[in-house]
Amino acid sequence: MSPILFWAFSALMLAFGVSVILNRDPVASALSLVASFLCLAALFVGLDAFFIGVIQVLVYAGAVMVLFLFIIMLLDLKAEKRRSFNKFALLGGAAVTALFVAGLLKVISAFPAGAKPFPALGVASVDDVRQVGLAIFTRFNLPFQTVGVLVLVASIGVIVLSRRQLK
Amino acid sequence: MAYTVRRPNLTFWEKLYLPNIVAGLAITFNHLKKMLKGETKVVMQYPEEKWDAQLPEYYRGAPTLVTDEHGRERCVSCQLCEFICPPRAIKITPGSLPTDSKFAKVEKAPQAFDIDMSRCIYCGLCEEVCPEQAIYLRKDYAVTGESRADMVHHKAKLYELGGSMPGLVHKWNPDK
Amino acid sequence: MDFLNDIPWMLIAASIAKTLFLIFGVVLPIVSYTVYAERRVSALIQDRLGPNRTGFPISLFGFEKDLQLFLGGLGQPIADAVKFLLKEEFTPAHVNKFYFWLAPVLAMVPALSTLAVLPFGNYLFGQKMVVADVNVGILYVFAIASIGVYGIVLAGWSSNSKYPFLGSIRASSQMISYELSLGLSAVPVLLIIGNLNLSQAIQYQIENGWLLLPFTDGNLTLRELLLWIPVLISFIIFTISMFAETNRLPFDLPESETELVAGYHTEYSAMKFALFFLGEYAAMIAGSSVIVVLFLGGWHIPFLPINTLESSTTPAGIALGFLHITAFFAKVVGILLFFIWVRWTLPRFRFDQLMKLGWLYLFEIALVNIFITAAILALVK
Repeated sequence: MSPILFWAFSALMLAFGVSVILNRDPVASALSLVASFLCLAALFVGLDAFFIGVIQVLVYAGAVMVLFLFIIMLLDLKAEKRRSFNKFALLGGAAVTALFVAGLLKVISAFPAGAKPFPALGVASVDDVRQVGLAIFTRFNLPFQTVGVLVLVASIGVIVLSRRQLK
Repeated sequence: MAYTVRRPNLTFWEKLYLPNIVAGLAITFNHLKKMLKGETKVVMQYPEEKWDAQLPEYYRGAPTLVTDEHGRERCVSCQLCEFICPPRAIKITPGSLPTDSKFAKVEKAPQAFDIDMSRCIYCGLCEEVCPEQAIYLRKDYAVTGESRADMVHHKAKLYELGGSMPGLVHKWNPDK
Repeated sequence: MDFLNDIPWMLIAASIAKTLFLIFGVVLPIVSYTVYAERRVSALIQDRLGPNRTGFPISLFGFEKDLQLFLGGLGQPIADAVKFLLKEEFTPAHVNKFYFWLAPVLAMVPALSTLAVLPFGNYLFGQKMVVADVNVGILYVFAIASIGVYGIVLAGWSSNSKYPFLGSIRASSQMISYELSLGLSAVPVLLIIGNLNLSQAIQYQIENGWLLLPFTDGNLTLRELLLWIPVLISFIIFTISMFAETNRLPFDLPESETELVAGYHTEYSAMKFALFFLGEYAAMIAGSSVIVVLFLGGWHIPFLPINTLESSTTPAGIALGFLHITAFFAKVVGILLFFIWVRWTLPRFRFDQLMKLGWLYLFEIALVNIFITAAILALVK
């Protein structure tokens, strides 16, 4: 991937990420998040990880965020727009961010392999979709099945809970 | 009391819905085919084909002014049509006949007679109300113009469209 | 300026040329003439004539009469386009301006982006006739199609009026629901082909016969015959879901005229409205192209030779290459005419019927269909 594209998409992604937080209008925030997801997908594509990139768009930008937007649009959001910044929340947020960045820096500095540049990726013999499939259905088959059962249980739980709410 | 509509019991193929879609597609395709073969009769293709010859006598087209058998204007500018016109399309400026005319002392004639065809609703009330039978709805229906001013029929145009209509009520004529 | 040498200028130039050809040379003309065909076919089906008068306006250049060809009215799309450009661009006062202007763009762009991965022809001038031959082609199509809903949702929301809003709510729930059956009905095809790349899908169909017409390679095996059943089921479900995804009748609830005035684009006028219109038809073209690629052999013409990279620059190869491109778009136009035909046959569904059909029938049938296909693939060699 050309470094120009990498920097362009990274900058865009971060800009949209910041706009998610700064925007007072929830719809604007949601759309910024979508744009940020799209830039992230572009970064994945730049790493030749087409599958992950496309799934990122398909699942997050195409399905999850549409539902988010759907809900946001149905709510009355005038109160949300009027709300001003809360000083304490701002300070708390800054503190948490600082803590997180400090922790990240500590981990990276303690990680010797992170100091030297990563070797260039070799050209894969099989395409990435096949690799993902092989990994899921051979090496990580048990975790994959377990996650599947977990998701099934969760979705059944959601249906049961929402049904009880109706009565 | 609630009334339950009894739904028909559908067979499996009807429930599947697809055969019926295919049947519907066949119907529409037949219409398409007949049209392409020219078997379906379509409506009149207006500017090329016209229905003018078949227009009935009572057809209400554009209102016009008519002259009598001696070529005199029938209108005496009584302004009844102007008063009755529902969309107020008619505007009359009354005037008198020229002094050398034989009838100058007994009749009047319109100085100007304008019918705004962009307003006219072709109701025929003007024809109905006219005591002199001077205004008639003729068979012109394609009234066009490029501006609002074009759409106003002035007196000359109205007489041109109307022509003469002999054999109706007689206007004031001492010879008869 | 080291990195300038790294940029593959030739590839970029070729891609731009292919994109321009695809969008301005093929898709936009097809879109405008699909609109014309829509009006004309609907008229013929309803025993009318439709727009049959607008010729090519050569009278503007001093000729006596406009040029009339075939059935007449072929100049209608030009007149429509000029009308869209010249009409007043009206933005109502109560709308959310930024999103109101953004929405038509978001409706148009995804529909056109889908075309990037579609292989619309064989080799020509030493180039493969596909803008981006990625190995996740079909997933890319679904992903971009799922982005397409934003334009509609934003249009409805930003219009700040009830009919567009109802339309956009319907659009989002409908498109999310039918994405499932669309994706699942494509899975059996992908199982058979064993690849997500759309060029490979065509390659498979060249070698083994089109999926929907398995005899096009000259022989018919038992396995192909057995696989034909799930392929037919998937084709039907895929087509139905494609109707719902592109908001075509009988599933055009987001813009149903009788209930919602014009649905999500009620408040739009002139070129902004035209962008929605173009986006809708471009999405139809993209959808038809996917159907053609997955089920009808893409650009392949049975029993004709196929260009290789080397032969594609010879005169015969160039002719063959153009023939293949024509074949692809001829198939697409065929599917589009089917779309139109269905539109003027079926009445609109009710929204609960739509949801029931999507979630209770198509989804389950598509799911079972995957297992049937997998079983046939595993058991019959």
